[in-house]
Amino acid sequence: MRASSAECRGPTGAPRAVSAASPWMDALRRLRRNRVAMLGLAILTAFALAAVVAPWVAPYPYDRTDLRYGARSPTWSHLLGTDELGRDVLTRVLYGARISFAVGILATLVSLTIGVTYGSVAGFRGGRLDQVMMRAVDILYGLPFMFFVILLMVLFGRSILNLFIALGAVQWLTMARIVRGQVLSLRVREFILAAQAMGASPRRVLVRHLLPNALGPIVVYATLTVPAVMLEEAFLSFLGLGVQPPMSSWGSLAAEGAAAMEAYPWLIIFPGLALTTTLLSLNFVGDGLRDALDPQATLRR
Amino acid sequence: MRRHLLLVLTVLTMLIGSLSAPAVAQEQVFRINNMVEPESLDPGVVTGVPEHRILSNLFEGLTTTDPKDLSPRPGMAASWTLSKDGLTYTFNLRDATWTDGRPVTAQDFVFAWERVLNPKSGAKYAQHLFYLRNGEAYNTGRLTDFGQVGVRAVDPKTLQVTLKSPTAYFLDLTNFYTLYPLPRWALEAHGKDWVKPGKMVSNGPFMLASWVPQKELVLEKNPRHWDAGSVKLRRVIFLPTDDVNTAYKQFLAGDSDWIPTVPPSQINTAKTKPEYYASPYLGTYYFRLNVTKPPVSDVRVRKALSLAVDREALTKFVTKAGEVPYSGFVPAGLRGYEGPRGLGFDPAAARKLLAEAGYPDGKGFPRMELLYNTSDLHRVITQAVQQMWKEHLGVQVDLVNVEWKVYLARQGSLDYQISRAGWIGDYVDPNTFLEMWRTGGGNNQTGWSSKRFDELMDRAARLVNAEDRMRAMRDAETILLDGAPVLPLFTYVNKGMLSQRVKGWYPNILDQHPLKYIRIER
Amino acid sequence: MPVYVARRVAGFVPVLFIIVSLSFFVMRLAPGGPFDQDRVLPEQVRANIEARYHLNESLWTQYIRYLGDVLRGDLGPSFRYPDRSVNELLGLGFPVSLLLGACAMVVAVCLGGAAGLLAGVRRNSVVDFLAMSFALFGVSVPNFVLGPLLMLLFALGLGWVPVAGWGTWRHVILPAVTLGTFYAAYVARLTRAGMLEVIGQDFIRTARAKGQREATVILRHAVPSAILPVVSYLGPASAAVLTGSVVVETVFGIPGIGRYFVTGALNRDYTMVLGTVISYSVLLLSFNLLVDILYAYLDPRVQVQ
Repeated sequence: MRASSAECRGPTGAPRAVSAASPWMDALRRLRRNRVAMLGLAILTAFALAAVVAPWVAPYPYDRTDLRYGARSPTWSHLLGTDELGRDVLTRVLYGARISFAVGILATLVSLTIGVTYGSVAGFRGGRLDQVMMRAVDILYGLPFMFFVILLMVLFGRSILNLFIALGAVQWLTMARIVRGQVLSLRVREFILAAQAMGASPRRVLVRHLLPNALGPIVVYATLTVPAVMLEEAFLSFLGLGVQPPMSSWGSLAAEGAAAMEAYPWLIIFPGLALTTTLLSLNFVGDGLRDALDPQATLRR
Repeated sequence: MRRHLLLVLTVLTMLIGSLSAPAVAQEQVFRINNMVEPESLDPGVVTGVPEHRILSNLFEGLTTTDPKDLSPRPGMAASWTLSKDGLTYTFNLRDATWTDGRPVTAQDFVFAWERVLNPKSGAKYAQHLFYLRNGEAYNTGRLTDFGQVGVRAVDPKTLQVTLKSPTAYFLDLTNFYTLYPLPRWALEAHGKDWVKPGKMVSNGPFMLASWVPQKELVLEKNPRHWDAGSVKLRRVIFLPTDDVNTAYKQFLAGDSDWIPTVPPSQINTAKTKPEYYASPYLGTYYFRLNVTKPPVSDVRVRKALSLAVDREALTKFVTKAGEVPYSGFVPAGLRGYEGPRGLGFDPAAARKLLAEAGYPDGKGFPRMELLYNTSDLHRVITQAVQQMWKEHLGVQVDLVNVEWKVYLARQGSLDYQISRAGWIGDYVDPNTFLEMWRTGGGNNQTGWSSKRFDELMDRAARLVNAEDRMRAMRDAETILLDGAPVLPLFTYVNKGMLSQRVKGWYPNILDQHPLKYIRIER
Repeated sequence: MPVYVARRVAGFVPVLFIIVSLSFFVMRLAPGGPFDQDRVLPEQVRANIEARYHLNESLWTQYIRYLGDVLRGDLGPSFRYPDRSVNELLGLGFPVSLLLGACAMVVAVCLGGAAGLLAGVRRNSVVDFLAMSFALFGVSVPNFVLGPLLMLLFALGLGWVPVAGWGTWRHVILPAVTLGTFYAAYVARLTRAGMLEVIGQDFIRTARAKGQREATVILRHAVPSAILPVVSYLGPASAAVLTGSVVVETVFGIPGIGRYFVTGALNRDYTMVLGTVISYSVLLLSFNLLVDILYAYLDPRVQVQ
């Protein structure tokens, strides 16, 4: 809960007046002061922008093969080299950004929505409902992920929408568990008991008091879900269930490049760097968000 | 706390005990990357090449092969005669024993072949014994008395085989694992477990020492083998590493002596190494065209698609291992057979044909799907061909990558328009490539049918004279290529890496390398 | 507590039952069967094989038969490897995956825990940044890139360890590291987050005010509360790690059970998939139970009903 104004101190320790702004504004301010997170945000924005303008900016069509220039290392006409079929790597990385971002964001949103709702209800209500809900989670965990995904792909077609659903549908389970764990812990804290004593409805308690405090691990785990989803998509591409060629995501480019690591290193270096940088940035932003959103954030020592 | 520590230590020790001591590479030990965990060691059950590499050294059939030219050599049969009408073989068995000391008798062959043909056993390669008189009838249940089937043990050392019709390549088949003899008493004593180390009884130059699934399979020299004197290798280790790149690295690091394939991306660097080899392989890489589904139901469309593929560029820039661009279906190099030339690369003719079919410059051409199963190689080849069709014909084809089982199911049910495929010959005769295209043949899977083709194949099956036979098959292949349910791209090349210390290994068209001729040099 | 544990264990049975049943029927929906191969089987032969494995019976009959077998402890023959039963294959692969998984978790907890601890204590400093970057490396690089990379450097290049395979302690190093760095990142994350949350709390301030050494404050007071989310995470993570990672086992040629899961699905080896599902579920349920017990231990404020 937001500390009283008497406890807000500036960097030197002197008390500081706090405006009656919402905790979210505070959070934004704190985030802006976190340099690493802002760097990560900048990188992500740059990549996202590149993904959006890719069709206009890319030097070649993404599916244009030229067998005579297969697997050439970077040159002036192909800044990042070509792949084995003579396609420009820079173009493929730019287009790959689109797919990767789409997959990461959408699947995470799916998992977030389902997982938070489910986990908070289970943790808050406790008792029988909690038992039943968590047993359901256990059951779903035990289902063979591979088969479920294969099945979806085969029964409903190889569209990218199915990819989101399948990936999101697997991730929400862990999210629900973590949220439940957090809610269980927080439920017995004094400020919750206080809010309840003051007559707040269960929903209000959940949404206004519990969740903001549980937000830390949720945000953290969500930002970890995006890269996990991206990696899982790469794994699926590897097995022939991801995006269809000649379309590619960073993950499938990495899978192709990994096979040719010693022979044509640029095929793994550039998509790999793009992927790694993005994932690292996502993590640092998530970290910054976590610090910023922590309602009991202590002051710098 | 201390108690917990003790418990943890105990558990750790037990776990670490599951690790065994390392094997040190010694002389006369041949380590092979077999690329996959063998499905089974029962010769009557298996169907794959990696299994053949193991089983052809654990067991021995009536004949073996010459390591250089694959001609049949005496195996369990020291000699044989063929009747004038080409229907009856009489095999005289030599004095050979099983690893447990019992003699190999003609009865062991009869037992094994009955087991394969028995409908209840569900053997997947039973069709290799359909060449026997009444073999097929017994397998389909129409005949229940095995005594009527064309194989019998005249006496313990004489086996008589009666064929349905003259079969020129029968002596190649006797080397195949489906026709190996089996020790009935071992199967009866141990049931399914008879193939395990310690229980297995075999008659080949090597015996099974150990088998840990997914880890390694070890053979050791069989001192009881009739030809044990010429066997130099002491131990053979089969590594089932199925990741190609890892297997390749194992070879480079010296952890294996032979890898029978090279990752596509490494071919150019591998070619510079002295361990690299490439030799023609009896197989064709092609596309199946479903003649029951438009637009490929129109033969002009099929031919146009074929004419628009630059096979030279494909083999030169995409596959790169010296595959032979080829438009026929039966690979070149089979003795006595001269296949017809198919459709080459002629974009102008292709466009003309397409226009005739009603799609000038590809306008109005419906979207088509090209089906293929997951593999790095197929991925690049199909993408290259997709581009060629776009460039030369203005035709847009979507690539559909599915996993293996789905691929098989869709091909089998004709739920595709174009599908990537490959066919490896089972024996050295054009028949193995042409048999499948008969009307309703199980491996046809294109819906194509030609009465004339069936007639020619029937004729060829009955002819005894080699030249006449080859001519009939050539005519049949001409009809096949004319009907174009297939779009051949190239014939396979066997490429791999072999340690220079390995001697007695010779490249041949079936990539068979009997281990009894191999030795390791210092 | 013992009553609680007993009740939970009893609760495993219906869960397992549902999981197995669901998987059984869901699997049959996928096209293709275990005996499809590129050399097409003649009709009669195919019919014979299917009869042998009871695949020609009605789905319900097969289901009842399978349940009966499982109750007797028989997980059935493997369709893909007819010489071996599923029990045998899983029995051989399980200790391997167990060892690999345990080593990987050790790597994960040590690396991740240390990194997260350092980062949380020295928040927003260079130490924080470096420690987290190091830990996050594990989830920023796919393990089918990391594995071959490590292999290239240490096995092929320096020759310190063998390229692939299993059998000596040397074989364990690279795969454990590849597998563990992934989970290390999560552990570091959660440890750091936990530390930060805890450090600002009253009881920490009290401990410091009482004049205790910083190290004691951290280790004895902060860490036990901070690791709650980590413990939550370790439950499912351990089960996942212990059943092996498909990629790591494939890349390093390790005879574990992780890849039976995927290859079973791709081969439509129904019994194998069900067998791995059962083992995985049992493990998962057990670990979740353990986690819940641990949770109650560590956070006395949590009531375990």
